[in-house]
Amino acid sequence: MRYGMSEVAVVGVGQTAFTRACGVSIKELCFEAFREALEDAENLQPQDMDGSIICSAPEYDKQRSPAGAIAEYLGLNPKPTFYAEAICASSTTGVRIAYGLIKSGLHDLVAVIGFQKMSELSSTEVQERMGRGADIMWESPFGLSMPAGYALFARAHMQKYGTTEEQLAKIKVKSGKYSVLNHKAIFQREVSLEEILNSRVIAAPLKFYDCCSNADGASCIILASAEKARKITDTPVWIRGLGSASDSLSMANKANLTGLNCAVEAARQAYKMAGIEPKDVDVAEVHDCFTIAELMAYENLGFCKPGEGGKLIEECQTYIDGDIPVNIDGGLLGKGHPIGATGGSQVRTIVLELRGDAGKLQVKGAEIGLVHNIGGVGLYGNVIIFSR
Amino acid sequence: MGFEKFGKISYTSETKVKDFVNYLEKGKIMATQCRMCKKIYFPPRMDCSNCLSVDRMNWREINNEWTLITYTTAHFAPTGFEDDTPYMLAIAESAEGLKLFARLSKDVSEDQVKLGMKLKLTPVKLPNGKIVYEFKPLGE
Repeated sequence: MRYGMSEVAVVGVGQTAFTRACGVSIKELCFEAFREALEDAENLQPQDMDGSIICSAPEYDKQRSPAGAIAEYLGLNPKPTFYAEAICASSTTGVRIAYGLIKSGLHDLVAVIGFQKMSELSSTEVQERMGRGADIMWESPFGLSMPAGYALFARAHMQKYGTTEEQLAKIKVKSGKYSVLNHKAIFQREVSLEEILNSRVIAAPLKFYDCCSNADGASCIILASAEKARKITDTPVWIRGLGSASDSLSMANKANLTGLNCAVEAARQAYKMAGIEPKDVDVAEVHDCFTIAELMAYENLGFCKPGEGGKLIEECQTYIDGDIPVNIDGGLLGKGHPIGATGGSQVRTIVLELRGDAGKLQVKGAEIGLVHNIGGVGLYGNVIIFSR
Repeated sequence: MGFEKFGKISYTSETKVKDFVNYLEKGKIMATQCRMCKKIYFPPRMDCSNCLSVDRMNWREINNEWTLITYTTAHFAPTGFEDDTPYMLAIAESAEGLKLFARLSKDVSEDQVKLGMKLKLTPVKLPNGKIVYEFKPLGE
């Protein structure tokens, strides 16, 4: 096995608990994740940062241009700060930008802070924004929601491959088993197969427990150049490969309805850059906003062949002791999904796993980890590969 | 102005293809075709991403025979659509290879719906002067 050349490492990670209503301001929420990441990075100070990238989905924010407000509160002035957005993939987009800034030599140390306070809006306001997440001219006027978008994939996958509702439910069973071991997860209860299958229909064939929940939360990833990283810590986690792609926003224009083309393409780029194959991955965090999304991720990342995702979960191969452990922190289904914070939370989990710091959720001997973070209904796809 | 009539809730009023709604009100479902490169667009557009021509499109009626690719029954809706639930959302492909997202008519019960079934697109007048299209089984 060979790794691609890497000169960018993660030197610190932090995350707040993901909750239904955090009860604090967005600045305070971000401070908590940032402070934890600084402490994790051997007690770096805010003024050590060369710049910051603030990531969220702006339609949930009351604050106009949140980067300015957050950078001030975190003590990051006068260093540059700006905002990055790719809906649910915002904070891995931030990591990608930080990688470029460091690799170019412009900066040596960059903080990527992702956040979302979805409780800032009423449920009606949240649903109104969700309605505008589709193509507003030709698809939103029919009442398209996120669950309905993924349900269209689920139905097509079932038709083509014989995937069952029970197989999808088994992904949530796994999620519950691990989220109860993650004290930062919103969902602190295991759920039985029967309970999942009998939960109310949201967008057939997806039911209540096939869907992740909205949440408040923040995450922070501190990235450094090689020289800087080695000065800061004995346990840097290196970025070995990055892939990024997009697909149509319109549901009708998606060339593939049984997988996410943006994930396939992002994975291809990331594997090529890292010089590894899917079988080399020891632990993965994938974007399971819905159970079908995790099942398609297995296939799109090459952990199994197209159509065999259902078999992979039935055989428990994505459990902690399986061939390819996936979402061992509970995933979005277990942790909750504070949109802008999610990608950073996935990166944090992989970094802890590769350092051997994941506690009860530790995958033994994990050396190579992968993050798969998707924005919208298969709209933006980011895949990042890490190693010790 | 003009396009705001399209759909129960519309978010767009100004567009170069607002005539689509006028045609729809006359019962016609129209695509555009680039006069330069002949590419057909449905939903219609006036800017050709294939040959980069601008405003060189002809309106033409679609070949109204569609095959159902996938669908869902929504029991949960974005704000403004709550009263409609449950409703079926579908993607279908036309004989010309066009793909479209729209609702499946409430005249069809869910147990009648089968992937691969043939559909046609039909204009539907809504209250308050609004208009939209929906899929119905072909032959009805």
